[in-house]
Amino acid sequence: MGSVSDLIIQQIINGISLGSIYALIALGYTMVYGIIQLINFAHGDIMMVGAYIGWFCTTTLMLSFIPALIIAMFFTALLGMLIERIAYKPLRHATRLAVLITAIGVSFFLEYGGILILTPQTRTFPEVFPQTVYEFGNITFKYGDVVIILTTVILMAILTLVVKYSRVGKAMRAVSFDKEAASLMGINVDNTISATFAIGSSLAAAAGVLIGVYFNTINPLMGIMPGLKAFVAAVLGGIGIIPGAMVGGLVMGLVESFVSGIGFSTWRDAAAFFILIIVLIVKPTGLLGKNIREKV
Amino acid sequence: MKLFNVKNLIRLLVLMVVYGIIQYLFINKAINPFYMMTLVLVCIYIILAVSQNIITGFTGQLALGHAGFMAIGAYMSALVVVRMQGSLVAGIIFGALMAAAAGMLIGLPTLRLRGDYLAIATLGLGEIVRIFFLNMDYLGGATGFSVPKTIDWTWAFWLMALSVFLMSSFINSSHGRACISVRENEIAAEAMGINTTKYKVMAFTMGAFFAGLAGAIYANYMYLIHPGTFSFLKSFEILAMVVLGGLGSITGSVVGAGVLTIISAGLADYPEFRMVIIALVMIILMVYRPNGLLGNKELKLDFLRIKKKG
Amino acid sequence: MKTKKIFTYLIVALLSFTLLAGCSPKAPTDQPAADVVKIGGNFELTGGVAEFGKKGENGAKLAIKEANEAGGVLGMQIEYVGADNKSEAGESTAATTKLATQDEVIGIIGPMTSGNTLAAIPVITEYGIPLVTPTGTNSTLTVTEAGALNDWVFRACFIDPFQGEVAANFAMDTLGATKAALVIDQKGDYAKGLAASFKETFEKAGKEIVASEQYVAGQDTDFRAILTNIKNKQPDIIFIPGYYNEVGMIIKQARDAKIDVAILGGDGWGTGPIVDIAGKEAMNNTYYVDHVAADDPALADFAAAFKAEYNQDADSFAALGYDAAKLLIAAIEKAGSTDKEAIRVALETMSGFAGISGDINVDSATHNPQKSASILKFVDGEKIFAARVDPK
Repeated sequence: MGSVSDLIIQQIINGISLGSIYALIALGYTMVYGIIQLINFAHGDIMMVGAYIGWFCTTTLMLSFIPALIIAMFFTALLGMLIERIAYKPLRHATRLAVLITAIGVSFFLEYGGILILTPQTRTFPEVFPQTVYEFGNITFKYGDVVIILTTVILMAILTLVVKYSRVGKAMRAVSFDKEAASLMGINVDNTISATFAIGSSLAAAAGVLIGVYFNTINPLMGIMPGLKAFVAAVLGGIGIIPGAMVGGLVMGLVESFVSGIGFSTWRDAAAFFILIIVLIVKPTGLLGKNIREKV
Repeated sequence: MKLFNVKNLIRLLVLMVVYGIIQYLFINKAINPFYMMTLVLVCIYIILAVSQNIITGFTGQLALGHAGFMAIGAYMSALVVVRMQGSLVAGIIFGALMAAAAGMLIGLPTLRLRGDYLAIATLGLGEIVRIFFLNMDYLGGATGFSVPKTIDWTWAFWLMALSVFLMSSFINSSHGRACISVRENEIAAEAMGINTTKYKVMAFTMGAFFAGLAGAIYANYMYLIHPGTFSFLKSFEILAMVVLGGLGSITGSVVGAGVLTIISAGLADYPEFRMVIIALVMIILMVYRPNGLLGNKELKLDFLRIKKKG
Repeated sequence: MKTKKIFTYLIVALLSFTLLAGCSPKAPTDQPAADVVKIGGNFELTGGVAEFGKKGENGAKLAIKEANEAGGVLGMQIEYVGADNKSEAGESTAATTKLATQDEVIGIIGPMTSGNTLAAIPVITEYGIPLVTPTGTNSTLTVTEAGALNDWVFRACFIDPFQGEVAANFAMDTLGATKAALVIDQKGDYAKGLAASFKETFEKAGKEIVASEQYVAGQDTDFRAILTNIKNKQPDIIFIPGYYNEVGMIIKQARDAKIDVAILGGDGWGTGPIVDIAGKEAMNNTYYVDHVAADDPALADFAAAFKAEYNQDADSFAALGYDAAKLLIAAIEKAGSTDKEAIRVALETMSGFAGISGDINVDSATHNPQKSASILKFVDGEKIFAARVDPK
């Protein structure tokens, strides 16, 4: 069994399904960065909170996948706005490093608060969708893979439409372009930033629920590594650029699959970082980034 | 700059008094070994924080790979001491030099990057270093690498004092001023004829050297080094100390490192709440003092200084 | 600015206060030494393996609580002092130093992982404090690579080589396997140790290891890439000596990828929610090595008490934490004093200790407990006894 081409196709499927999740998380990083130039290190932990809300909905409230997803996205959006108001808004005019440290503080707070309240115990999701496995020769993929990829594509399409055509989306683009000019044009900058956090956080929650449902386990520290990798994906694609997050996420997923596939699974993360560094050195603004000449 | 001016003599005197008091208390069992260990860790973190401050606070380059340099210093010194039966001094020097070499090697290509791109590139490099040591079974791999404890409080304290002195001398030299000009305005500095790449690499190499030194002290004090200790979270911790103390303030970094390390040790009796409290301290301090405890001012021994005017 | 200066001085004052407060001399005569016995716990309460540390600590606390309800030890109540090592070696050294010098405990339970235990050994040796690790399975913890005995270190679990050997013999003799694949947790030496001894035993018998894949526990959730490789190599059996979180996910993903061969593992599969994670059907045709007392009614009592106390399911980490604490308490009882050297000797000569994870006889030459192992098989989510293996 197992011709080389089957193996490659299987690894591509594995990579796309993993990369879709990175892409969803990366979107939140990229949106927040685009608007206030903050690396929101707490983003991965917001995803964790989303996963826990989804878990609560599917276990205690016995809801099915879609309502659980929507509830998790809604409450996480509120959490994102709350964090922004309490921790980041007072620092709007402080140095970016100060905000970065606050973000790290928020991240630690969510992680260790999670350990304190939710206990470090791993929780398992119930089976919310069928465990069907599709087989084509030697190639297999699951119903879950289809759900992950579909959810990611739908959410990204919605996001693109919102950013392009809605009032909020237009306001976001204006604020990210020039905050002061936007406020002079009558755009409420604070509300726009809040909206960005809300949307970014709800996308993270969607990723969290998908991870929980697909891999079946969640714990309070689950956000650290996917968060970091999604951030790398965002930078890889070009931070601040929405299609960049998608490209970056998929590239990360594929790289991880192939490095593991050729038998170097222990070097997988190192390889992902290595590729990031090479890309940054060759094209410092990421794969889809535009080179901007710094103004004097 | 004269080495033996009045100011430096007073500083030395103060250091000797601090050292003497702590040593006296320790000998008389007024400080138990756990607090002694905390004080040694404070010394290690002071070196780390000040060296991070050279890169980030004074030269304005946001690098997040300090844990990686610390790991190189720790593992390389352990290599010399354990595997090659070298002396402690040789181990420490080798560790620091290897870290500096790595810093230069990494700095040359990556310091072209700006701001957050540099941050993520250096973060990635730090993780690569950690994964490298995780895969090195010759140096303990995932189990960790046992190193005999040969460093005591005296070593740690005076190495810390020497490092801080050397780094502050660097900052007050013309090279240091050039670094600050890079932070203030890179393009203007370049226009003034300053080779910005050279100074960035210089600051980065220097920071890496002292991070390696701190790592070497850590390795020879803590009995065991483990790749997990040097994850990117350690880099975050060091950066937090610098920013909490005040970017561009050497005494600020000293205070920041002291505050965070002592709070963490002081809360050891409340293991469940410890990290939550530290996280809250970080958030609250930043929200209310965004420029850090000392801003970019230095804590001075004003009351000791001989008054020159008025 | 004046306020700034005041603020600065305030901070300095606060710091020096914290320092002095911390350093204030604690005369040992302050406490009535006679009526409490202090036992320390150095556990992974936060960080990557917090789940296991918390379970182990809860097990230990339950044992101490039960001992206190039964009148304590030597007529004294036991006071438990916890410390967190953040799942990190350096913090483990610090936590042990705190327990040894500030709390002045007479015995320490924990840590759960071999690496963190390794970091605690120099400290307990320096201060002469007996330590019982619940799940530190690495053989070098008690006997160093150079062959020297670590006088103060004891454990409640069996060591890695024993389990790997048991699993390999079972795979060859009972399951008739000739080609095995290994999936190893690269982060912990637990899995590496088991895998190494499995490989040695398996290859010595002329059989073949066709694939050896690695992952990082606590980090990886997607194992499809390595499973795709394994499927391609067509092994008869897969040996996954990891902890139940990842193993559960690996088994689930393996079955989804249509890998139907038998899967074998070590005691890290435990009694944790591995079936919930992988699903009942996926767990069919899987086996693991567990402690012999898995069918013992005492274990069920323990599980019920544990559930009542912490509202958590007991697993092998909890059981071994419980046994480690009980072993230490039994040693204090046997020593008849709180002298640390006497407790050490009592531990070294301990025999016939009835733990819930099996009877423990400490081998005084290696400090390793001589425990029997049993092999359990999953059938529709239930564990069925398959074989029993006694130590040689």
